[in-house]
Amino acid sequence: MPTDIAIDEGPVRAAPASYAAREMSDPLPKNTSPENREYVALVERIRDAKDREAFAQLFRHFAPRVKAFLMKGGANEGLAEECTQEVMATLWTKAHMFDPSRASVSTWVFTIARNRKIDALRRMKRPEPEDLPWGPEAEPDQADVMTLRQESEKLAAAIAELPEKQRDLIQRAYFGDLSHAQIAEETGLPLGTIKSRIRLALERLRHAMG
Amino acid sequence: MSDIKHHLTDALLMSYAAGTLDEGFSLVVATHVSLCDECRARLEAFEAVGGVMVDECDEVALADDALDATFALIDTLPAEQAAPRVAAKNNVFPLPLQDYVGGDLDNVRWRAVGGGVMQAVLKTKGPGKVRLLSIPGGTAMPDHGHRGLELTMVLKGAFEDEDGYFGRGDVEVANEDLHHTPVAVAGEDCICLAATDAPLRFKGLVPRIAQPFLGI
Repeated sequence: MPTDIAIDEGPVRAAPASYAAREMSDPLPKNTSPENREYVALVERIRDAKDREAFAQLFRHFAPRVKAFLMKGGANEGLAEECTQEVMATLWTKAHMFDPSRASVSTWVFTIARNRKIDALRRMKRPEPEDLPWGPEAEPDQADVMTLRQESEKLAAAIAELPEKQRDLIQRAYFGDLSHAQIAEETGLPLGTIKSRIRLALERLRHAMG
Repeated sequence: MSDIKHHLTDALLMSYAAGTLDEGFSLVVATHVSLCDECRARLEAFEAVGGVMVDECDEVALADDALDATFALIDTLPAEQAAPRVAAKNNVFPLPLQDYVGGDLDNVRWRAVGGGVMQAVLKTKGPGKVRLLSIPGGTAMPDHGHRGLELTMVLKGAFEDEDGYFGRGDVEVANEDLHHTPVAVAGEDCICLAATDAPLRFKGLVPRIAQPFLGI
């Protein structure tokens, strides 16, 4: 990034101070997209202030993707449109359940869309795990939120670098074209680090809730 | 919770995360994850892959009035209560299982199947079958193989077989290669949740004759 390599021609003594100032004002690594940071803030604005403008921004980004996801899963356009609106409305009503120390907003959107798909397309009941003991007073640790965001981005980059054949298999699995028996035991997905982060967040949560 | 040693496979967790796993197996996954933070973290990692898939999805335009329609829908929805769904501390069954039983262990409608063993078939969609089994301590289950996959999760007591010791929360994942003979560990009854995607095959003649009547 140009701002990072620009050389300040001022006195040498001043350099450390300006470096320190920059580190404090922008502690995120360069590959952290501003969009991703904003999505978490948008969900918080919906949760705390029922902010319709925040919702509209999330809608503009996610609704067309959710609709595409549902159509890839076999929904016709009318059903996909209807389900997408329901999925987005669920973001509003469940905003207080979103935990940014364990999932990105995209991941949360995926789980809601997936559940709606099972209900509408497969007409199957989906058994869900119990919730964690989690109350609105438990604000997640900001460092955890940031690390999870970085891990999510690293995961996306790692998936983008997989051989095309393997990436294609993973897409087919997630769009519903592969049965359990067709999924190999070795998925080859690099999930070790993000799993460890989520595990740590779960441990902290259990500990905080006693 | 930290005592769980036998976990779910990646293929089961990925399939559940993708939403393609049968209802019966999904019930075992949801019940196990309720007790096992290790598998919950693995599951959420697989869900993160789903998040990446959504991010990379093409975009399909919505109807012109979609945002307004969604706000109108939101206005009709009741506010969600904030209380988490968590089973009471003294319950034996995690909540997803309680949903199928209609309550905890005391509410199970058992049927005797011989030798002190009892079962209760739970109603699910799909070709597979899910049942609760109650095996008296020290008693062996009939030796059986599978045409497909069988998941057996312990809820109370314990059993042992060729694969080791299985206590509360542990899941045995048995494919058709495994002919196993689970024996309930002496002491209290062993209560298990068992899901199959095909009927079991018993080795002995008598269980095979009895199989159609027992529904197992």
